[in-house]
Amino acid sequence: MTETKNPGFFQSKFWRNNKGFVFIIPWLIGFCLFKAYPFLSSLVYSFADYELFKGISGWGLMNYKEIFETTKIKTAFFTTFKYAFMTVPLKLIFALFIAYILNFKIKGVKMFRTVYYIPSILGGSVAISVLWKAIFKDDGIINMFLGFFGVEGPHWLSNKSAALFIICLLRVWQFGSSMVIFLAALKGVSEDLYEAASLDGASKWRQFFSITVPLITPVIFYNLVTQLVQAFQEFNGPYIITQGGPRGAFKKYNMGLASAQAWVLFIILMIFTAILQWSQKHWVYYSDEEA
Amino acid sequence: MTMETKKKVSNFFKYLILILVGCIMLYPLVWMVGASFKDNAEIFSSIGFIPKRPTLEGYKNAMKGYGGDINIWWSMLNTYKIVIPKVIFTVFSATIAAYGFARFKFIGHDFFFALLMSTLFLPNVVLNVPQFIMYTKWGWVDSPLYLPLIVSTLFAQDTYFVFMLIQFMRNIPKELDEAAKIDGCNMFQTLWLVLVPVLKPAMTSVALFQFMWSNNDFMGPLLYVSTPKRYPAAIFVKMSMDADTGFSWNRILALSLISIIPSLVIFFLAQDQFIDGVTAGSVKG
Repeated sequence: MTETKNPGFFQSKFWRNNKGFVFIIPWLIGFCLFKAYPFLSSLVYSFADYELFKGISGWGLMNYKEIFETTKIKTAFFTTFKYAFMTVPLKLIFALFIAYILNFKIKGVKMFRTVYYIPSILGGSVAISVLWKAIFKDDGIINMFLGFFGVEGPHWLSNKSAALFIICLLRVWQFGSSMVIFLAALKGVSEDLYEAASLDGASKWRQFFSITVPLITPVIFYNLVTQLVQAFQEFNGPYIITQGGPRGAFKKYNMGLASAQAWVLFIILMIFTAILQWSQKHWVYYSDEEA
Repeated sequence: MTMETKKKVSNFFKYLILILVGCIMLYPLVWMVGASFKDNAEIFSSIGFIPKRPTLEGYKNAMKGYGGDINIWWSMLNTYKIVIPKVIFTVFSATIAAYGFARFKFIGHDFFFALLMSTLFLPNVVLNVPQFIMYTKWGWVDSPLYLPLIVSTLFAQDTYFVFMLIQFMRNIPKELDEAAKIDGCNMFQTLWLVLVPVLKPAMTSVALFQFMWSNNDFMGPLLYVSTPKRYPAAIFVKMSMDADTGFSWNRILALSLISIIPSLVIFFLAQDQFIDGVTAGSVKG
């Protein structure tokens, strides 16, 4: 370690205390180049009248004004929220429910877990979006199935609220990854607690809400935040199934407007995460805190 | 009702729910497999999945190219030209970054760690526009080496993986590092000779997830690949669908199915690794 021009440096206390920094240098360079710089410049672009091939032709609040004055953009945002608020709770409740059942001494847990997890692995692919389109098209198998019961199915792909519904369904169908996390957390809850509770005569429901749920709140919180962020980022499904999504500006190379839209979305997402973070202290129970 | 029968009834309902949900989960996939062997007249004439007149027509047509420049096999080859470097680079760079964060103290450690964690929740939408402009300026758009899709993985920019490895590393006793140091290992040797062998399962998880996610990535190639002969499978399948909608669903479903077979095979070979990977970040932390 003494081959450099400054033989003292690698012996110095400074080096010994900070040498680990070497390992984060690649990450730090990447962070500046691929995260920090784009992050800040998109904020700057959001105040610019900027078309990709024409360059910047002016500065101001025009993009934000356009967002709040254009019904189509507002609707797109609103749809994104509806999507997030429908899918995140549904997906998590369902994931917890199934994980709870699987946590009883079930035969073939592994098989069930595999089956439930497959959609999470494949669900983000174009192939599955294509499949969804085939299933829900006007003469697709769902409407055929409804037809047996004399129900005339809606136009899933062209009717706006029906389309939102099937996109949510695609997301909820991928509940496996959250379920696996819940299952691992449930396994961590000590059996003794349940035994003590049932000796005290607590019903299974009571046990679930008074023991299980409080003990796994950190994992519920983790799932809630990650799912919320993911829901706001969702692209493939909506894009392929309905050719929609709030990304029209990008296609038209209107970089300023696209940046402003991204920032509005980002700020709203930040507000939600901040609220969640703040609410944490009221409902999330960390076992090491009490000690 | 005795306790015994009560238990039996509740067990029955548990299995009933599990099996029912399982069937609903798998039905779309099973139907897809069946439909790809049906002829086009049959696909949407019944909801069953067993073809009445099995045919390979869909698969035969799936082999045909699109616009002459590309077919499903080439597009899958393109996919792996993107996926394989991404996987390798991510495993290396994320392990190195995680080692730095998990095992050392240095000036600004906590600050940088907070920065790292904040990027975990940074939605990509805010980065897309400037990245697109940046890559356009650098002449990387439509690069034959898929630079815009790959280069950032050299710099450990997929935070989720760095975080996952940090969580795994925290569970490896520090005494191991100390012992290595006493035996004369420098910090690089400690990582390579002592930690990497223990971390292998975690690194495999990282590789597997990056494999799946990069396989599924659609927006990246949509933005940065424009020459048809360079299309990865995700774009190819979408383009084929757009060109074909309403005419030959068996072909499109066959294409879709072929495109996800590698992911399915990998998943079945390594499912436990996936489960370990998903739970690492959330439960042990």
